[in-house]
Amino acid sequence: MTALRRHRKLSAIWSSEPGFRGWFSSVNHSDLGRMFLVTAFFFFLVGGVLAMLIRAQLATPHSAFADAGAFAQFFTMHGTIMMFLFAIPTFEGLAIYLLPKMLGTRDLAFPRLTAYGYWCYAFGGSMLLVALVFGIAPDGGWFMYPPLTGPLHSPGINTDFWLIGITFVEISAICAAVELCVSILKYRAPGMSLDKMPIFAWYALVTALMILTGFPPLILGSVLLELERAFGLPFFQADLGGDSLLWQHLFWLFGHPEVYIIFLPAAGVISTIIPVMARTTLLGYGWIVASAVALAFLSFGLWVHHMFTTGIPLMGLAFFSAASTLVAVPTGVQVFAWIGTLWKGRPEMHLPMLHIFGFFFTFVIGGLTGVMVAVVPFDWQAHDTAFITAHLHYVLFGGFVFPILAGIYYWLPLVSGRKRFFRLGEVAFALIFLGFHGTFLAMHWVGLMGQRRRIETYDAETGWGAINLISSISSFIMAIGLAMVLIDVLIHAFVAVRGGRNPWKAGTLEWASMSPPPAYNFASLPHVTSRDAFHGDPGLANRLAKGEGYLGDPQSARRETLTVDIATGDPDFMVIYPGNTRLPILMAAVTGLFFLSILIKLYWLTPLALAGVAALALVWVWRLGARTDAGPQDAGRGVTLALAGETEKSPGWWGSVFLLVANATFFGSLLFGYAFLWTVAPGWPPQDWLAPSLVELGIGGAAALTSALAMRLAIRGNRHRARPLPGLAFALTATLVTAVTFAMLLSRVPPPDGHAYAATLFVLGSYALCHALIAGLMLAFAIARARRGYTSPARQAEFHIVSLWTDYLAVIATLSLLAAHLPGFLA
Amino acid sequence: MLAGAAAILALVLGLLLAAFRRRGTASDEAAGVKVWIIGLGFVFSMSVLAALTVYGLFAGQRLMPGAGAGVEAGVGTRVGADVVSVSAEARQWSWRFAYDDRPDHITDDVLHIPAGRPVDVAITTTDVVHSFWVPRLAGKLDAIPGHVNTLRIEADTPGTYQGLTAEYNGPGYRAHVFTVEAHDAQSWDAFVAGDRQ
Repeated sequence: MTALRRHRKLSAIWSSEPGFRGWFSSVNHSDLGRMFLVTAFFFFLVGGVLAMLIRAQLATPHSAFADAGAFAQFFTMHGTIMMFLFAIPTFEGLAIYLLPKMLGTRDLAFPRLTAYGYWCYAFGGSMLLVALVFGIAPDGGWFMYPPLTGPLHSPGINTDFWLIGITFVEISAICAAVELCVSILKYRAPGMSLDKMPIFAWYALVTALMILTGFPPLILGSVLLELERAFGLPFFQADLGGDSLLWQHLFWLFGHPEVYIIFLPAAGVISTIIPVMARTTLLGYGWIVASAVALAFLSFGLWVHHMFTTGIPLMGLAFFSAASTLVAVPTGVQVFAWIGTLWKGRPEMHLPMLHIFGFFFTFVIGGLTGVMVAVVPFDWQAHDTAFITAHLHYVLFGGFVFPILAGIYYWLPLVSGRKRFFRLGEVAFALIFLGFHGTFLAMHWVGLMGQRRRIETYDAETGWGAINLISSISSFIMAIGLAMVLIDVLIHAFVAVRGGRNPWKAGTLEWASMSPPPAYNFASLPHVTSRDAFHGDPGLANRLAKGEGYLGDPQSARRETLTVDIATGDPDFMVIYPGNTRLPILMAAVTGLFFLSILIKLYWLTPLALAGVAALALVWVWRLGARTDAGPQDAGRGVTLALAGETEKSPGWWGSVFLLVANATFFGSLLFGYAFLWTVAPGWPPQDWLAPSLVELGIGGAAALTSALAMRLAIRGNRHRARPLPGLAFALTATLVTAVTFAMLLSRVPPPDGHAYAATLFVLGSYALCHALIAGLMLAFAIARARRGYTSPARQAEFHIVSLWTDYLAVIATLSLLAAHLPGFLA
Repeated sequence: MLAGAAAILALVLGLLLAAFRRRGTASDEAAGVKVWIIGLGFVFSMSVLAALTVYGLFAGQRLMPGAGAGVEAGVGTRVGADVVSVSAEARQWSWRFAYDDRPDHITDDVLHIPAGRPVDVAITTTDVVHSFWVPRLAGKLDAIPGHVNTLRIEADTPGTYQGLTAEYNGPGYRAHVFTVEAHDAQSWDAFVAGDRQ
């Protein structure tokens, strides 16, 4: 087979539907990565326009341009859009687009999940846009402190748009994070052991793990606040046993890691580009990986530093102040490793390098003002002034936007297959750089002069007028620069001349694909022997196109790739991907219906939408699998592999593990909230506890444990005698008993709108009930699959996935029951 | 702090630019790790940060009279004989002040204190989160529903000081300000006795 025939054959298998119809049914990571990035930059424009409105209002004293209400919507939406609808999706889009190419494989672990995540993001973002257009956008500040955002002080629908829209968008972040974890750990080219991974993959892995543990507290906070707003469950009302400080803890438990969730991918871009621009390899690869991991851990110990002024004891402040400054150490290690890399090689000043220079200058200043703010007495003065706003823009623009612009110019030739023609980018950089520093240096200054953030205007006597005018004019210069980048990229994408492969002479595998990359990425998968796989081996691209790697022989119409052992990178299983489908967009739409029904209080629709999601999920998983054992498959180069469905730890198993990590964080945050309210909130203990019942505790706990054990029985029965059904039926019964116990518990909880204690119990019980029902649904599904012949002693992957969920149910059911009954026994 | 920050910025940028000027032989990996990562990354940043943290803690204690027990949630602030206690209650969008030394008296948007004596302000709120901030007298402290936070302030000289709310609290946020009147000993006694407003 010639390279051209192989290309045609693979394209027929892997291509999305032609034209715009392909947008709705594509599950290809290159398509979806591009869609993520384009959508994210659309939101960047919207957020940028809002920033322009803010600066226009503040340019002169007593401006009559916007009133306080409109101004509150501007700054709330500016922050919200930039954080949730631009920064995080940009990371997701970049990682989704690049990682399979960098890792030398053909797609991500769960192609349909990529699409589902994208559509959740698009629909959730649209909700917020609708709110903005109709002037009913959230207006409580992007961190939404109750009671200001509670039902009493913000009765309108504005806040609901935030809570519901952002939770919807976060589904996409969780989906992407699960998928990236599994993809990076399992979906790599054979031979690519962990220590040979491109550095960007390490950063993406750490970021994805941080999303899985950082986002659940915020999702929990949003759920609780929405429950308070819609049904009066008083989690944040001090007179009913709630505490508004709980929101601040949950929000910043998310909010501080968020800063590093934004910075780490950008650091991954920098670590990728700098060695290429300096014609060398990265200095201290292992050190950089270690400091990224250290940064991730430290960032979770920092949330309190956003709450220095809430009246936390000085000893606590000392601890968090020390931790806040400590986080600068791994950052320092990375910055100096990058400079050391430049010294090691022979750096050249191309356009991406200019933006990296912009990063260094801006980010170091942002880091230094950050260290200042971490010093508690300084923060007591600077907190909530324009100084903080300026500081965070130095960190986020310096630490994210400049590196991303560098990344855009670096990877643009790969995406488009073209060469940059006009020199617009250099002018744009100069405008952005000067405009940015003009805007925010001035803002530091007025902040120190006492200008608070979020005031809609100020008096002329304050003397802030001239500085604000400088800031506003500079911000418009920056906006012009960013608009020029947009024009430059559009010109590049549509009219520039065609360029050759690998213009930067980079060593990572994405450049060994064609430019623009075909839907299947690689005609055959490489065997990787070094970290810069493509560097010392320029003939690699041609050999892969000729089919000399793995899976180079497309005989059937299957989308094939392979997975590897996590540590060593030895190939272990072959994977068959699902093809193009509209199921993800449909499922996202029905998910959207669920959120919409809560937003506009059409509660009869809510259970219907949930049932719809469950039904579609069953269709989703039913479509995979086979009714006969396929046996070992030829993967090329003399390697034979089993199909992933015929193993214990399939990709779906790994996906469930990471999803459960996020889920457990959610549950842990709920228990934290319970303990926090109990110990800190005024108005405790509540008037009456839930009447404790040894019977309920015993039956519920025993049933949940039984379902986990019965599932193991089913797996053994399937393996030895091909008879999984008795165990499955036993597990299903036990799960239903668990569900009934929690339904009874819920019926006995004191009125949840009377006290935060009862409200917390209500949520805890509902959470456990929901998981019992999910496990029940999965067991019913497994029974149906077994009866229809989709399982065998070899095709056992689905049982192991269900087993994870019954195990999880056993843990959370026991903990929930103890948390519900113990206080009553003790009282 | 500013000079130190500027020096570090200059160091980093200097090293960055020098990398482009340098046209020597490429240094090897092990030596690079030693100089850049161990030397500059660890030792340099650790020592700067350690110094700064220690400085910050001492400065924090000095700002807080009463042996560093200044900011504590609820009660427990050490009360010397000299300390005056007042309370501040925030609402959208005004401040209401009450005085332990004159229990029947309440003032809106004006806080009276004696100059030259430490004052403990017990801060709370009747509705949303606010923050009590008199920039020239002390840092800020939040007013949180259901909690009382105590802040120590002290005015060295009599006069009028501007106070602000420093946590966004709705459309009236900008105009949510108050003044602090610091009295000399004589006029404070008169205020406590109720002779004047």
